[in-house]
Amino acid sequence: MWTWFHRLASPPSFFRFADRLAPWVGGLGFVLLAIGWTWGLVYAPPDYQQGDAFRIIYVHVPAAALSLGLYTGMAIAGACALIWRMKLAEVVMLAMAPVGMVLTAVTLLTGMLWGKPMWGAWWVWDARLTAELVLLFLFLGVIVLGDAIEDPRRSARAAAWIAVVGIVNVPIVKFSVNWWNSLHQGATVLSFGKPAITVDMAIPLYICLLATALLAAHAVLRRAQVRLLQREARTQWVKALRAQELGALP
Amino acid sequence: MTRVQRYRLIGVVCVVAGLGVAALLASQAFRENLMYFYTPSDLLAAESVPDRRLRLGGMVEAGSVQRGEGLVVGFVVADCAQAVAVEYEGILPDLFREGQGIVAMGRWQTEAGGRFIADEVLAKHDENYMPPDLAEAMMSETGHACEPFKSAMEVSAVRRDAGAVNDR
Repeated sequence: MWTWFHRLASPPSFFRFADRLAPWVGGLGFVLLAIGWTWGLVYAPPDYQQGDAFRIIYVHVPAAALSLGLYTGMAIAGACALIWRMKLAEVVMLAMAPVGMVLTAVTLLTGMLWGKPMWGAWWVWDARLTAELVLLFLFLGVIVLGDAIEDPRRSARAAAWIAVVGIVNVPIVKFSVNWWNSLHQGATVLSFGKPAITVDMAIPLYICLLATALLAAHAVLRRAQVRLLQREARTQWVKALRAQELGALP
Repeated sequence: MTRVQRYRLIGVVCVVAGLGVAALLASQAFRENLMYFYTPSDLLAAESVPDRRLRLGGMVEAGSVQRGEGLVVGFVVADCAQAVAVEYEGILPDLFREGQGIVAMGRWQTEAGGRFIADEVLAKHDENYMPPDLAEAMMSETGHACEPFKSAMEVSAVRRDAGAVNDR
């Protein structure tokens, strides 16, 4: 198992692995998202209080969960890059940042769209919303610093420090609603004890969660591939790959 | 793992742990500031409530909403232990109803037992989602919970925790 793991850490074998995996992950994610959204937005029953407005949960909650998940993944990759100086970890970390930032932005925007009609305000500075906004800036910091220094390896390690340090914010986002008073409600899906949502509303939500995770994984794999090609452009395996691709053209 | 890698590992762990502790201490020190609102228990337990705009959060007590002239409305906001009267003039959010959690922005007035004069009311939705028919069947027994309203001040939090233990 470890030999497989070590082999995967080498750029050419990761590239081939990602190339084979990505279409399946992306395809399955796309199909599941189509099912989940159709089910959630059309067939799930309306909420007793919010009516149809609750359906934004099928976009908001998966995006929010994945924004935290991607940040955690990015921080772990960043730690590997710092400790073991793994080239692949740097690439994966930088590939995760834009995907996570987009999902964080989606979380904030869909939350605002829901907040205006339900709470009566687009934005409030409560603990949950503020911490999620900080998460957006952390992603932005990793993206900007990741390409700021001429030497890509030094640049990636500088960005890795932001990623690792910012992990402190992840439990703050998740548990802010339990630790402090906030306008934002508590956890519905990932809460202990009884689920706070009925089954016919929850199943499409779980499907959307899985679909968003798969699509995010697809985006990360493809981005990592592109970064690897750019970084390793002068190496033998990229040259061989290019010759092969060019040879395959009619 | 080589010696250098071990040092780097220790370095990363130390930095993250140090920041975690710093964040923990900061969140303890600024607990009151991190709270989005005060509860009725906080306002009634405080020796003096500052004369500035602050937020009050709690449940709208069932049967307490009274409509006055125009857009004037009065109601009682309660947490698990205490209740205070609120006056408000303006448009209420769609989700405002009896038994609903709300957060009101305004000033606390001590005279005559204390009243809260609100100039803004936000609805606080809870984490429960269900279709209407199920809600109808459940409404009689549960309604809404008062747990999401945590006390911002330590004093009343301790007192209320003690009360909650006694209730069990």
